[in-house]
Amino acid sequence: MTDADYTATEAMVVAAARELDDGDSVLVGVGVPNLACNLAKRTHAPDLQMVYESGTIDSNPSKLPLSIGDPVLASGALRVVPMFDGFTTYLQAGRIDVGFLGGAQIDRHGNINSTVIGEYDDPVVRLPGSGGACDIASNAHRTIIITPHEERRLPAEVDFVTSPGYVGGREGRAELGLRGGPSAIITDKAVLRFDDDGVAYVETLHPDVSADEVRAATGWEVEISDESARTAPPTPDEVATIRDELDPQGVYTGTD
Amino acid sequence: MSVLTTTADAVSSAIDDGDTVYLAGFTHLIPFASGHEMIRAGLRDLHLVRATPDLVYDQLVAAGCASKVTFSWAGNPGVGSLQAFRRAVEDGVPNEIEIEEYSHYGLTARLAAGARALPFMPVRTYAGSDLPAHNDNIRRVEDPFGGGELHAVPPLTPDVAVVRAQRADENGNAHLWGISGEIADAAMAAETVVLSVEELVDESVIRSDPNRTTLTNRDVDYVVEEPYGSHPSYAQGYYDRDNDAYLEWAEASASHESVEAWLDEWVYGVDSRREYLERLGADRLLDLQPSTAYTTPANMGRYR
Repeated sequence: MTDADYTATEAMVVAAARELDDGDSVLVGVGVPNLACNLAKRTHAPDLQMVYESGTIDSNPSKLPLSIGDPVLASGALRVVPMFDGFTTYLQAGRIDVGFLGGAQIDRHGNINSTVIGEYDDPVVRLPGSGGACDIASNAHRTIIITPHEERRLPAEVDFVTSPGYVGGREGRAELGLRGGPSAIITDKAVLRFDDDGVAYVETLHPDVSADEVRAATGWEVEISDESARTAPPTPDEVATIRDELDPQGVYTGTD
Repeated sequence: MSVLTTTADAVSSAIDDGDTVYLAGFTHLIPFASGHEMIRAGLRDLHLVRATPDLVYDQLVAAGCASKVTFSWAGNPGVGSLQAFRRAVEDGVPNEIEIEEYSHYGLTARLAAGARALPFMPVRTYAGSDLPAHNDNIRRVEDPFGGGELHAVPPLTPDVAVVRAQRADENGNAHLWGISGEIADAAMAAETVVLSVEELVDESVIRSDPNRTTLTNRDVDYVVEEPYGSHPSYAQGYYDRDNDAYLEWAEASASHESVEAWLDEWVYGVDSRREYLERLGADRLLDLQPSTAYTTPANMGRYR
């Protein structure tokens, strides 16, 4: 398999999956995060514990769930709890290592907007809202954010903070009493980390992506620490797992 | 005591114009049959509350039943946005609706406070978020034991909760399995409870496995047997989510005209869930059947 044998979206999913360590307990969001977590579990992290907002603990889905409340998340899980118990005794009590989130807008501090584009009371686009995202971003020990790399999705400041990142920097977040914080933004062009001030910078560019391309698609003057540093490309096994097992219809990856 | 009746009778007896209503079930066991009866009954000015409004509230909003929606995630799960809901919020079509917005934790915490008769529930969420600035019901409280400030939400006590389960006896003692979501707290918080189940069973079935009981008869006002009452959502072990229906809704709800045509065909054009299912057809329902996977029976013991 050559470098060209995967799509940009697959590169994003694979990079996101690799952020997860075997043994992590991860609270899985809907959509692409769902795909990345299920990929990690089927490749390098078989002991990943997948927890869903719907209250399923250690789900072991036989097929990629269509939503975070699918029957395959309950069948064969270790436990199913009411939602309130999931948010309190698991998430709030600190039993979730990783929160995996997406959103319509992500800013340089890792704040996530999934509520509204424009003014709250006079929206240009009304988005679905928080779901569990605000709760996860506030209580997980670390958060991984996943988004396509486009200027409109990565503004300097989000229109609305649904889920807090490093609000007012790392110190600002700590003063608010929030646990954890974003550890990475994974896009289809790059892997971004957060510096000591809680501002996102590019750690690695994905193979075949130029620094200028990333600068043009980022809404702030993003620092690229090393223009030659590259994300390890997806392996044939990872790509095959996505295409053959997880998303054979290409619902999330756009490959058919 | 609870009354065994039909969905149409339960809805018309339990719900009045202007009520605050919670149709419970997180993705699983959504009370679609009851939602459609609410539309046929021509209810108006409802305050609809659900963590995930889902298609059922999109349909109620499109039919003009709602004046307010309280929610925490308003999307078509796995598909996209709720277009009728967005038309009401963005353009006031078919009527203006007020919204009140939480996160899932905040909204389920409101039900938990309501079910437990607490004046508020403290929650470790919302710090640093813009949500409290747009919702006066999310406030800060001081920990009286010196732990500093945190956020809190007030109890939610709906006038009516409509909840579903797989099976119950005719008095309303209900067994539920799979994702239980916010169903128990919604019922325990509400003034009046409508329970709709896939099948009625003998009380001995319920008593054989009391750990599976989610609601008992004293907390239920109306009991309804309504097979496939959650289609196009699912009932664990009975039928799968009809994902094609969720995809079709994206098309059907694209404009107010197309949504009215959909309501004419699938809600106003049938008089009951049975007619809805006949229109849906046997093939489609058979395609949603999972294969069988029983739990291992637990030994409760027989003690003398």
